[in-house]
Amino acid sequence: MTNPADDASFAGGAAPAVTGRHHAPAEHGAHAGHAHDELSFWRKYIFSVDHKVIGIQYLVTGLVFLLVGFSMMLLMRWQLAYPGQPIPVIGKLLHGIRIGEAFITPDGAMKPDFYNSLGAMHGTLMVFLGVVPVAFGAFGNYLVPLMIGAPDMSFPKLNMMSYWTNFLGSVMMISSFLLPGGAAKSGWTSYSPLASIADQPGTLGIPDAWPILFTGQTWWILSMVFMITSSLLGSVNIIVTVVQLRAPGMTWMRLPVLVWVQFITAYLLLLAFPPLESAAIMQFMDRVFNTSFFSPEGLIVSGLPLEKGGGGSVLLWQHLFWFLAHPEVYVLILPAIGIVAEIIANNTRKPLWSYKSLVFSAAAVGVLSFMVWAHHMYLTGMGIKIAAFFQTTTVLISIPSVVIVTALLISLWGGSIRFTVPMLFAVAFLPMFGIGGLTGIPLAFNSISLLLHDTYYVISHFHYVVAPGTIFALFAGVYYWFPKAVGRKLNDFWGRVHFFGSFICMNGIFMPMFLQGMGGMHRRWYDGGATYELAKPLLHYNVVISWSAFGLLLFQIPFIINFIYSAFKGPKASDNPWHATTLEWNTPTPPGHGNFTGPVTVYRGPNEYSVPGAARDYSPQWEAKA
Amino acid sequence: MSAEVEIPYTVTARPDTGLYSAKIGIWLFLASEAMLFGGLFSSYLFLRMGAGPGLWPHGLLNVPVGTLNTAILILSSVTVVMAWAALKMRQFSKYRRWMATTIGLALVFLGIKLIYEYPQKFGHFGAYIKPEALAKYEPYLGNNYLASKGLSRRVEITGHLHSIHLEAGTADKPKFEAFIKKHDLKEEHGVYVIEGKEYTSKIQKELDSLKGSKAEYEVKLDAVNADPTNPVYDSPSLWPAKLSDKEAKIDKADIRWAGMFTPEHSSFFSVYFTITGLHALHIVGGVVVFLYFLGPGSALYKRNPEHLANRVECAGLYWHFVDLVWILAFPLFYLL
Repeated sequence: MTNPADDASFAGGAAPAVTGRHHAPAEHGAHAGHAHDELSFWRKYIFSVDHKVIGIQYLVTGLVFLLVGFSMMLLMRWQLAYPGQPIPVIGKLLHGIRIGEAFITPDGAMKPDFYNSLGAMHGTLMVFLGVVPVAFGAFGNYLVPLMIGAPDMSFPKLNMMSYWTNFLGSVMMISSFLLPGGAAKSGWTSYSPLASIADQPGTLGIPDAWPILFTGQTWWILSMVFMITSSLLGSVNIIVTVVQLRAPGMTWMRLPVLVWVQFITAYLLLLAFPPLESAAIMQFMDRVFNTSFFSPEGLIVSGLPLEKGGGGSVLLWQHLFWFLAHPEVYVLILPAIGIVAEIIANNTRKPLWSYKSLVFSAAAVGVLSFMVWAHHMYLTGMGIKIAAFFQTTTVLISIPSVVIVTALLISLWGGSIRFTVPMLFAVAFLPMFGIGGLTGIPLAFNSISLLLHDTYYVISHFHYVVAPGTIFALFAGVYYWFPKAVGRKLNDFWGRVHFFGSFICMNGIFMPMFLQGMGGMHRRWYDGGATYELAKPLLHYNVVISWSAFGLLLFQIPFIINFIYSAFKGPKASDNPWHATTLEWNTPTPPGHGNFTGPVTVYRGPNEYSVPGAARDYSPQWEAKA
Repeated sequence: MSAEVEIPYTVTARPDTGLYSAKIGIWLFLASEAMLFGGLFSSYLFLRMGAGPGLWPHGLLNVPVGTLNTAILILSSVTVVMAWAALKMRQFSKYRRWMATTIGLALVFLGIKLIYEYPQKFGHFGAYIKPEALAKYEPYLGNNYLASKGLSRRVEITGHLHSIHLEAGTADKPKFEAFIKKHDLKEEHGVYVIEGKEYTSKIQKELDSLKGSKAEYEVKLDAVNADPTNPVYDSPSLWPAKLSDKEAKIDKADIRWAGMFTPEHSSFFSVYFTITGLHALHIVGGVVVFLYFLGPGSALYKRNPEHLANRVECAGLYWHFVDLVWILAFPLFYLL
């Protein structure tokens, strides 16, 4: 089915003024331009099928949810540092609104159930509504078609559906706070049988006759089903796009590392998420139809035997959950590695060290990530033999991970490094991810895990990977591709303020947690350990951590203002401001619907910087060899 | 339409992969679906391996009807291929006939499942006997006989619930009277009767909460409980269980857990209804897609018959997968 008009404009594309599709940079301000297009505002910016618009939608909603999830943690951090004391300013405000009475005491302190809700929702929001939508949804959507020289994704309409399913699930998840009893409280892991029996009508101020379908935990399950559907649509789209729509000359080994890791991530999402969906379906059955998938016989709850048929398995939930949730960790980290790799190559002005080992290691991580899930379950008594197996695979997966970090580290060697803002974040990623990764190795071992399980050590370990690790990489990516996506540059000075402030605060938050964790402090204490003798010598760290967290919020303000201000008022960017080599820089700025103005052919690898004998220190993929 | 970008390889194959995009897409989708049902089937294994002696029931499902449904689904997989082949040969009226047949077969499958099989289960009663009371119900369970033959024991009495005879006993008076009033029960010599037709899991829960009351379940027994020492029942029969004329009275005090064959009744029925229910949803999804391709979607034939053929091929691949899930589910639930 060839529409001649479309075909001509895609292939020929030299006359943007005629089709009105490819905007010249000058006319594409924030609002200018859409008058020239046949599409209405709604079809162009809201229900768009353009992968770039969808990518930006993912980015903005993802960043908003990151901020919301972070704010939840700030409330919790106040409670941990100053247990039972009224939350300044916000406490009274929250109590003032009608729904807030259930969460906050009259003098403005936090109730325990609200703390539990915040804990569960912080994890859920950060992982499923924040980092994945930004790392995979935003960067994958925006960059993959551009980097492989495709006009769009293979299935643009599915792409739009993917975003809106995600949006629906996100809204449902966050609005579950408004339900009687509040949002889910069983941790982001939603372990059954606790989660199967939590938020029952008749408890927590939920009316007796209230349908269990409209309770926090049930909505958690339903929103997760939306998220899973969205990630299914997104991952199918990315994989098919990479397989089918690579431009002529774009062979597999010429793909930028970022495309490779998005491709591998898509496989992880495609195959790891559905078992969680099946677990979610079963937990839904347990809650709504009173089945006993996860409830063993003779379960006693609050001193009374649970009236259920029984015969279920507690470990079943954990297995299915972690079968998703461990690959999910790599879903969080792999796109970050791709972003960092692109930025390091660009700012060291030399090719990545051993592109191939990066690609194959990322693939090895992808495969192995399916075989390590039960290292989250050493304490469940699943058996020494099973533990030994997962201990071995977990140690194995650290090999390709270390290869990746090493390759990126060696890539710095001998480069004439430009410390631009994206590069600052990308370079900081390496030691942060390194600390996160190396502190994970002790946790791989059954015996040490017995001591450290569920302590702040674990919290610190995975936050080093995800917060100063992945989120720094995401910031790096935002600073790096902002000029291409918006056509304007972000302010450099405030970018540096954002970086150094965040860098110090992040370490102020997570470094003391290692000490607290090794001292035995448990991650789910509502009072931050105030009533525990063993925590006494470590309590003062709570204050350090909490104030670092408040400081971290402070240092996000320059970013937020910079982001919004520069989108409208920033200095105009040229088509290739970083002198980069990958295909996305060979488009008008910002790229119009259909991306490229002419046919794309690829002549060389992705990171050919400082090629000996070349006229410039970068040789773009789209330029034929002389 | 004019502002849409032309995406390559939606209809024609990319030379180096040899495939059009949607075909890769549908295979990836099916891989994801395989993981979804894989999760559920592993749960089946987990629950079955973890079930205590006698707690995994056999012979409660209707094998001949299940076999018929299997045949119907396999047949529909053939007809959907015929529909695709007709399109490839550009025989549009034949395509429509085969497509309509496929939809018809799918609807018959759904009808049998949702109108016949499910309601039959919802109307069947079972009571798990407490371990300490098993000996009392020996005439209906035949555990001595089973033990002598080295077979695993029976712990459940099944059949049709005739009625429940309820007495106040030492139960909390106002609570008991409220229960009587709520369900408008008639008294005969201090005994209240709940008809089997009116019994639901909700009533069962209310009964459970009336601590101290006495209740007796009158059950018209399944043939196996009427004659438990008959060697015919040593292994589950492929023919559907028959109801006997015999009745049994079961004291509520001896029951660990009782109810109709709904998802909450036992692990077996939980996983049975979940997997077959999700499978039925997939059938419904397939029917919706097929109806679209038969109706409004078939307009594409005039513009680009190959594109329609591709779409039907993808839908057909999905249909085969749904078929395959059933082919796994059928032996797991009905036969093994």
